[in-house]
Amino acid sequence: MADKIELTKKDRLAVAWRSTFIQGSWNYERMQNGGWTFSMIPAIKKLYKTKEDRAAAMKRHMEFFNTHPYLASPILGVTLALEEERANGADIDDVAIQGVKVGMMGPLAGVGDPVFWFTVRPMLGALGASLAIGGNILGPIIFFVAWNIIRMGFMWYTQEFGYKAGSKITEDLSGGLLKDITKGASILGMFVLAALVERWVSIKFTPVVSTVKLAKGAFIDWTNMPKGSAGVQQALQDQASGLSLTPDKVTTLQQNLDQLIPGLAGLLLTFLCMWLLKKKVSPIVIILGLFVVGIGAHVLHIL
Amino acid sequence: MSAISMILVVLVAFLAGIEGILDEFEFHQPLVACTLIGLVTGNFTAGIVLGGTLQMIALGWANIGAAVSPDAALASVASAIILVLGGQGVKGVPAAIAVAVPLAVAGLFLTMVVRTLAVPIVHAMDAAAEQGNIRKLEVWHILAICMQGIRIAIPAAALLFIPAKTVAGFLNSMPAWLTDGMAIGGGLVVAVGYALVINMMATKEVWPFFVLGFVVAAITQLTLIAIGAIGVALALIYLNLEKMGGSSNGGGGNNTGDPLGEILNDY
Repeated sequence: MADKIELTKKDRLAVAWRSTFIQGSWNYERMQNGGWTFSMIPAIKKLYKTKEDRAAAMKRHMEFFNTHPYLASPILGVTLALEEERANGADIDDVAIQGVKVGMMGPLAGVGDPVFWFTVRPMLGALGASLAIGGNILGPIIFFVAWNIIRMGFMWYTQEFGYKAGSKITEDLSGGLLKDITKGASILGMFVLAALVERWVSIKFTPVVSTVKLAKGAFIDWTNMPKGSAGVQQALQDQASGLSLTPDKVTTLQQNLDQLIPGLAGLLLTFLCMWLLKKKVSPIVIILGLFVVGIGAHVLHIL
Repeated sequence: MSAISMILVVLVAFLAGIEGILDEFEFHQPLVACTLIGLVTGNFTAGIVLGGTLQMIALGWANIGAAVSPDAALASVASAIILVLGGQGVKGVPAAIAVAVPLAVAGLFLTMVVRTLAVPIVHAMDAAAEQGNIRKLEVWHILAICMQGIRIAIPAAALLFIPAKTVAGFLNSMPAWLTDGMAIGGGLVVAVGYALVINMMATKEVWPFFVLGFVVAAITQLTLIAIGAIGVALALIYLNLEKMGGSSNGGGGNNTGDPLGEILNDY
């Protein structure tokens, strides 16, 4: 062999782009295998010239594969490095390549789920949604743009990292770095989730706890108000100085709860849902149940 | 609705269906899908509001391993179409949400059908690999992707052919106590998404951060971005402190794990 065949940056970009579609033929038998092979094709074309070699390469990549779709990128990078060496005559057999893939996919999936599905997406989603609920177009835009920048950056750089590190990556990743990322994401996730529970699980109890007649002078005296704009001015001044608008002070159950711990009801509801989920109650059942509770409680004037 | 709008709606539905499996660009997330459908049908604001509201409910829905979560793609696309046909604008959001949730369950069934149908496709890809036929393998993969898109595009197209009057009539016949109750229920349902996520992440070690987050959130002046920044800082501080503790325990020898003692010894 005269020249060393090398995968250029263009080849590696093509693989990265195709890995966007890695879950496209997701199936119950071998999961992401089709998408994985689809992603490897630019490299296979470059590295192997005979039909037999190409067939063999495609066949060995059609084996079972499943991980987090974005964390497939570093594995692709390593596999590209291995395939390149193999095409240049190094002694790397099918078992070695399959071993690297299987060895990496489990631990990496364990990082991808908490980081992307349970931290980044709920956070960006909640940020976007809180803007969108008010009809603000920035909500969807921020979510879409930020998500895709993070995702594409992550996929390309981790694939390059895998390609450069080659098979050494397994040692690097099993070390402190992976653990740190997962733990850091969990800390951030728990912190922000708690804030979201406090702000966005909305329960407003409407029952009136007490109605107290206010003393004269504590509320605006509407009967002795000057006529016209002078009266409006007087009323606004009275209100600004802290006088009540009505002669009764109405306190709802919600106001009492908010004085104690704001968001307590939402927190308790969240804990109830967690407990139900742990008891293997399907989330769908809980969701439908909560709608029923919401309607029922509204009809009974509790919420 | 004009023909162009209808074609664009089906196109958005197709993209959302593909994304429902790929999970890459996130076209299937309510925030994006509902906004796009609002955009192509001229119901921009209502679409955004629906997207935001539904997104809050769907925050914790994620495909993990072989497990499938409620189908955000069908829920967002179908509820947005119903919102548009109902013609009530932002006021129709609670009613649209009410339809979205059962649809998310129905979508689950369609997903399982398509994932099973993908098995023979992968066998065709095996055959292509055997022959060394790259082109054929690629075509099968692309077909599998399109099949995922069609999963949402067909129900969306079917909904478009229900006359707007029928949908509006149906939505108007919903009494106020039902739609108001649905809106209240929507506020409660958000908790399920959070509970799903918390159950996945919670360990003894990270619970104190939950307490901090809950208390800090009561300060209403803090935006979500500020809360995120505090969270990042806390995570970094914790990881760094943990390393210092780790090195002093494992170091042995001169390193006693007592910084004050070390300083004194140096004197």
